[in-house]
Amino acid sequence: MENQYAYVVVFGAVGICFVALTLTLARLIRPNRPSKTKSAPYECGIDPREDAWQQFNVRYYVFALLFVLFDVEAAYMYPWAIRVGKLGMFAFVEMAIFVGILAFGLGYAWRKGALRWE
Amino acid sequence: MSGLPAAASGLHSSLLTWWADRGLPPWVFDAIWMVLMAAIVTVFVLLTVLFLVWVERKISGDIQSRVGPNRTGGRFGLLQTAADALKLLTKEDIIPECADRPIFVLAPFLVFVPVLVVFLIVPFGEHWIVKDLNLGVLFVVAVSALPVIGIFMAGWGSNNKWALLGAVRAVGQAISYEIPLILALVCVVVFAGSIRIGDIVSAQRDGHWFITRFPLQIAFLLYFVAAMAEVNRVPFDLPEAESELVAGYHVEYSGMRFALFFLAEFAHLFFVAAFCTTLFLGAWDGPWLPPALWFLIKTYAVILVIMWVRWTIPRLRIDQVMGFAWKCLVPIGLLAVLATGLVAAVWGVP
Repeated sequence: MENQYAYVVVFGAVGICFVALTLTLARLIRPNRPSKTKSAPYECGIDPREDAWQQFNVRYYVFALLFVLFDVEAAYMYPWAIRVGKLGMFAFVEMAIFVGILAFGLGYAWRKGALRWE
Repeated sequence: MSGLPAAASGLHSSLLTWWADRGLPPWVFDAIWMVLMAAIVTVFVLLTVLFLVWVERKISGDIQSRVGPNRTGGRFGLLQTAADALKLLTKEDIIPECADRPIFVLAPFLVFVPVLVVFLIVPFGEHWIVKDLNLGVLFVVAVSALPVIGIFMAGWGSNNKWALLGAVRAVGQAISYEIPLILALVCVVVFAGSIRIGDIVSAQRDGHWFITRFPLQIAFLLYFVAAMAEVNRVPFDLPEAESELVAGYHVEYSGMRFALFFLAEFAHLFFVAAFCTTLFLGAWDGPWLPPALWFLIKTYAVILVIMWVRWTIPRLRIDQVMGFAWKCLVPIGLLAVLATGLVAAVWGVP
C-alpha cells in the first residue's frame, strides 16, 4: 500500500511541471521586443514617480491577529465535531463555554473598534 | 456502481499484474499511475476552464442583453476561449524593470499548483476519486488557502501600486472569509462524524443530502458566501476590481503568465462549486443518471448561481467586505456550530 500523501507530492510536481512547460512553450513562440516604456510600471499612462515599496498602513493587521486566534480555535473544533454526536450533551456544553469565551473576545474587539476599517 | 470507475480499477489491477509478472518493482508502477492520474486531472481542469470561461461570457452576455462570443467555432463561439488561450500563448511576456524578478516569476506557480492539488479529493463518483485522503476536509482548508500567498507575491513582486493595493485587499479578504468557511465545514463534520470526503458523501446517500438537514442550511449559506469571497468573485472581487485597481494584483502580468492566473481562478471556482456539491448536495448521489453526471450537473448548477450573482450584484467597498465577514458571518458561524452541535447532542447523529 503506497503512502496516500505521495499523491499530493506527485500532483504538486505535475502542477509545477505543467506551469513550467507552458511558460517554456510560450517563450519559444512569443516575440520578444523589450523597450524602456514597456518595462515601466503601469500607472495608466502617467510616469510613475516612486516605488510601490514604501511604508504603508497594513490595515488588516488587527484582522490578521484575530484571524490567527479564530483559526487556532477552529482547529480545536474539528476533533470535537467528529465526536459530538456520540458524546452528547456534555461535549456540547463544553463547546458552548469555549465558543462563549471566544464570542466575548470578538465582542470586546468589536467594542474597541478593532473591526473598523478606516 | 457505474461502469467507468470499475473499468478503471480493473485496468489498474490487471496492469499491475502485468507489471509484476515482468519482475519490475511495484513502486515504479505506482509512481507512473500517480503521474498519469495527475496528468488526467490537469487536462480535465484545462478543458473545464476553457468551457467555464465560455459559459461565463455567454451568461454575462445574456444578462446584459448581448450575444456574447458568436464567431469563433460556429454559431455559439465555442472555440472562442481556446483561441484566446492560443493568443495569450503567443503574446510577448513583459516583466517590469523594477519588479522583484524571482518573486514575480514564482507567483503564478504558487497560485496555480495548490488549486490543482485540491482536485485530488473531488469525488466525481463512488470510486471516482483520485485519493480519499484521511484528512479530507482539513487538507482542503490548508491547501486552498495557499493561493493567496501567491497573490500577495504577485502584488508585491510587481512593484506597482495597483498591484500592491490589490494584494493587500486579497490578503485581508482571504483571512477574514477563511473563518466563516472553516466554521461552516465544522458543521458538516458534526453531521458526518468524519473529515474523510468518502464518509461525508456516504452519510448523504439516498437523498439525505446535508442541505435538507436542519440546521445545515445556515452552514450552506455561510459556505456559499465565504467561498465566493475566497475565489474573489463579485461582489467580493476587490483584489481585482477592474474599474478601480485596473486589474489588481496581476496588472503587470502579460501573456502566458497572466493566463495562468486566469486558469487558476476559474479552476478554483470549479473546485469551490464541486466541494459545495460534495458537502451539501450529496455529491454524486441521485437517481437514474450515472453518478459522475449527477456530480457535474450539481456542480454546474452551483457555478451558474455564482455567475448569476456576479453579473447581478455590484462590488462592495472594502470596509463593507471586512465588516460583513467579522460582524455578520463570524457570529453567525459560531451560532451555526453551536446549533449543529446541540442538534447532534440531543438527537444524535444518524
